[in-house]
Amino acid sequence: MSDGEVLDAVWLTLKLATVSTLILLLVATPIAWWLARTRSRLRASVAALVTLPLVLPPTVLGFYLLVALGPEGPLGRLTQALGLGVLSFTFAGLVLGSVIFSLPFAVQPIQRAFESMGARPMEVAATLGARPLDAFFSVALPYARPGLMTAGVLGFSHTVGEFGVVLMIGGNIPGETRVISTQIYGYVEAMQYNEAHWLAALMVVFSFAVLFLVSSIRSRAGRLL
Amino acid sequence: MTTAVAGGLSLELMLKREGFVLDVQTALPARGITAVFGASGSGKTTLLRCVAGLETEAHGRVSLGETLWQDSERKLLVPTWQRRLGYVFQEASLFEHLDVQGNLDYALSRSAVPANSETMIAVIELLGIGSLLQRTADSLSGGERQRVAIARALASQPRLLLLDEPLASLDAARRRDILPWIERLRDEIALPMLYVTHSMEEVARLADHLLVLHSGRVKASGPAGEVLASVDNPSIVGEDAGVLLSGRIARRDEAWQLSCVDFAGGSLWVRDQGWEAGRAVRLRVLARDVSLAIREPRDSSIQNQLRAVITDVINDDHPSQVLVRLDCAGTVILARVTRRAMHSLNLGPGTPVWALVKSVAVIG
Repeated sequence: MSDGEVLDAVWLTLKLATVSTLILLLVATPIAWWLARTRSRLRASVAALVTLPLVLPPTVLGFYLLVALGPEGPLGRLTQALGLGVLSFTFAGLVLGSVIFSLPFAVQPIQRAFESMGARPMEVAATLGARPLDAFFSVALPYARPGLMTAGVLGFSHTVGEFGVVLMIGGNIPGETRVISTQIYGYVEAMQYNEAHWLAALMVVFSFAVLFLVSSIRSRAGRLL
Repeated sequence: MTTAVAGGLSLELMLKREGFVLDVQTALPARGITAVFGASGSGKTTLLRCVAGLETEAHGRVSLGETLWQDSERKLLVPTWQRRLGYVFQEASLFEHLDVQGNLDYALSRSAVPANSETMIAVIELLGIGSLLQRTADSLSGGERQRVAIARALASQPRLLLLDEPLASLDAARRRDILPWIERLRDEIALPMLYVTHSMEEVARLADHLLVLHSGRVKASGPAGEVLASVDNPSIVGEDAGVLLSGRIARRDEAWQLSCVDFAGGSLWVRDQGWEAGRAVRLRVLARDVSLAIREPRDSSIQNQLRAVITDVINDDHPSQVLVRLDCAGTVILARVTRRAMHSLNLGPGTPVWALVKSVAVIG
């Protein structure tokens, strides 16, 4: 394997994590809002469903996604009918898998932020003439900013570190679906321990930096409260 | 049905909660401050939230003047943001992500009426927050926060201002700081206010109209002076039972630092506040500061002595005491005396007495 392959893997990893994080925040924010505010009986089921990827082995999730996205699967039929083709073993398929896999990491900090805000700021906004959607953007989102930042950082790093889902639905296609984690796997299989060391150490440093960042976001948010 | 007051707030509300029912039917005037008074748990805050439309499970009818805000029979519930009201919460609820100016602008830009910069300048001046505009919410003191919160509520140019114990989170000194600002609001802008409080001092100083709640129901409602003089259940006001008198400064005795205030039932000497003769004042006379005598006491240190006739004797909280309602040339005064004194002086309804007023509070 060449340096080019390593750079490809790093680049693809960053691209996957960035795209997944953006989609993740768009999807997780409304879910977190609903979970924080609803009194619906469906709340417990939805909360469990969102948390499921946290406890399932990634291979289980990857397996079902592979089946669903495949040419005969329900999602596969849908994407084909929409003219998108089959998403398994593609970058788009990886993004979908990553978003689902990292959903609990994004939903929980945002949900906690909304919960700790309480109902009062939204009530204040309403008494000042703000319609609900306006109040959501002008009050709730600014209040939840530390939660959103934590969600973004955790979602990004979790995507960078995922392996099982990627391997199941992405395969290990260089330049298309081969990310850092699968690259390391490839090195180890080929007994190239030296190269594996470099990439693995990079991941350790990156993960430490991320967790450090998250914890400093939290303590800054704590001071604000 | 309650008889509506022209332009006023008309309420028929029913809200059932676990262990609590709010059941209120009343009509409140369109001007001045209406104090909503009652012990904690009497439903004051819940009532205010119903008026604001924040309690969506409340059932009934709410209207302000010609505008219908809620009519459950017609399934009408105007959302809070369309009601054009201002709400000052018990604890300061400024948006922490905005500075003071940002908080005011938030309300101003969403006001149903086109923003008028003169209004805002007047409000900022009225509440004395001009020097705070660039400060962040968390750098303000409790009193400053509440003043900004009131200014922000006014910036949305409401038709009704709701204040939920705005002074409760402040210490006594801050309370004294902010009360004059609220009095200025009452006197300088024609905006009806509902003011929730459990402090008799605030009722006496601020209220034109008084609504007394007890266990979720209306115990009394009417002009503040009348309600205070007629509250038949002393446990509502407790130690603070007393009456409000409206009068006018008749003359000043500068040598002794006293002013003589004439009211409908006579005149009382009070501490000189430096006010000119002719100025209208409110006096508060607490029942515990009034004693009774059968003959005119000529050699008492208590120099405020009024001729009166006992009209009622009401049971007080403690069985040793009674509240005595006196008719003082048409004005009601309350006195708190012991049952034993009533018995040994042979006092009862119809007895003419001298009311000795030991202390009078002048409240502006």
